[in-house]
Amino acid sequence: MDLIVQRRIKQVIKGDQNAFGEIVELYKDKVYQICFRMLWDRYEAEDAAQETFLKAFLNIHTYNQDKKFSTWLYRIATNLCIDKIRKKKPDYHLDAEIAGTDGLNMYAHLASGDQLPEDEVESLEVQASIHEAILLLPDKYRAVIVLKYIEELPLQEIADILELPLGTVKTRVHRGREALRKHLRHL
Amino acid sequence: MTSCSKQIVHSMHEYLDGDIQEEKKQELKFHIETCADCKQHFTELEKTIALVQSASHIEAPAGFTSRVMALLPREGKKVGIERWFRHHPFLTAAALFLILMSGGFASLFTQEDEHFAFTKNSELKVENETVIVPAGAIIEEDIVVKNGDIRIEGSVDGNVTVINGERYMASAGNVTGEIEEIDQLFGRIWYEMKSLFR
Repeated sequence: MDLIVQRRIKQVIKGDQNAFGEIVELYKDKVYQICFRMLWDRYEAEDAAQETFLKAFLNIHTYNQDKKFSTWLYRIATNLCIDKIRKKKPDYHLDAEIAGTDGLNMYAHLASGDQLPEDEVESLEVQASIHEAILLLPDKYRAVIVLKYIEELPLQEIADILELPLGTVKTRVHRGREALRKHLRHL
Repeated sequence: MTSCSKQIVHSMHEYLDGDIQEEKKQELKFHIETCADCKQHFTELEKTIALVQSASHIEAPAGFTSRVMALLPREGKKVGIERWFRHHPFLTAAALFLILMSGGFASLFTQEDEHFAFTKNSELKVENETVIVPAGAIIEEDIVVKNGDIRIEGSVDGNVTVINGERYMASAGNVTGEIEEIDQLFGRIWYEMKSLFR
């Protein structure tokens, strides 16, 4: 599969759009899923996924062919989604770190259970609750959780995608898991 | 839970990431079995992961690829042509053959069509684009006449080839080799091709 992808990419670099169509077919579900889990809106997710592929096409010459294509593509997708999340809530976000506190953000100040009223949780389907829990994660945790548990990627690959040290990714996975646990443990 | 060290929770996560040292793993196992709070914490984490992983996998909406393709800038004509060639190797080969061949024909016709030419031999006579092998003469070589006729009154010790012309044999005329008249298009092409490989 990697070989086919690399061949198609060479054709795309030469300007062949049909070859790019094959790449879109191969990765559309994965990319759309990342976008959907990150943005939580079908229209926004499709927009973001389309933008991801458009960006990939326009910047294909910057892709290093010695590295995994999916890593590069998912990086475009996650960066785009994180951008969109931040644009959506420009004024106030739980993710905003409090100055001078390493890694401590507004999220940590909320007691567990405060995020969702009890009756609301009960009224939702299990699936919806899971999605909600993911959505409530600050974007940087959301990205690692989506990549780890929805896309089921190894930690090292997540580190490559997000261009973060492995240790940071591990920390974020740990915190993301703890945050999710607080939402989902009563399910 | 709060009474237990943060190290235990950290070990839980290391365990969940699958990169825990054996020693710590045993420690964690032992601790979980003795501490109800930590056991619950750990169970909740595992349940959380199971729940998140159970989130149904979704697919891109129908028509996604064509919508992406519509967004791309128009590709150059050159690429379209190259791709066509790549996808139709047989037609490409055939087209290439025809182009080269027609180029070859063109050059054949333009260079040699109107020219009267024949094998140079001092014994041959020429009258109005007719090569004459005079009576009594013996020519010991092959004769080729292009765009002209040949009249053989003497004898030729070899082959006679007439291209785009006619051959007249006098009753006394004599040719020891083959006599060939080529005036049809494909016969001529065949002759030219044969001569290429000689």
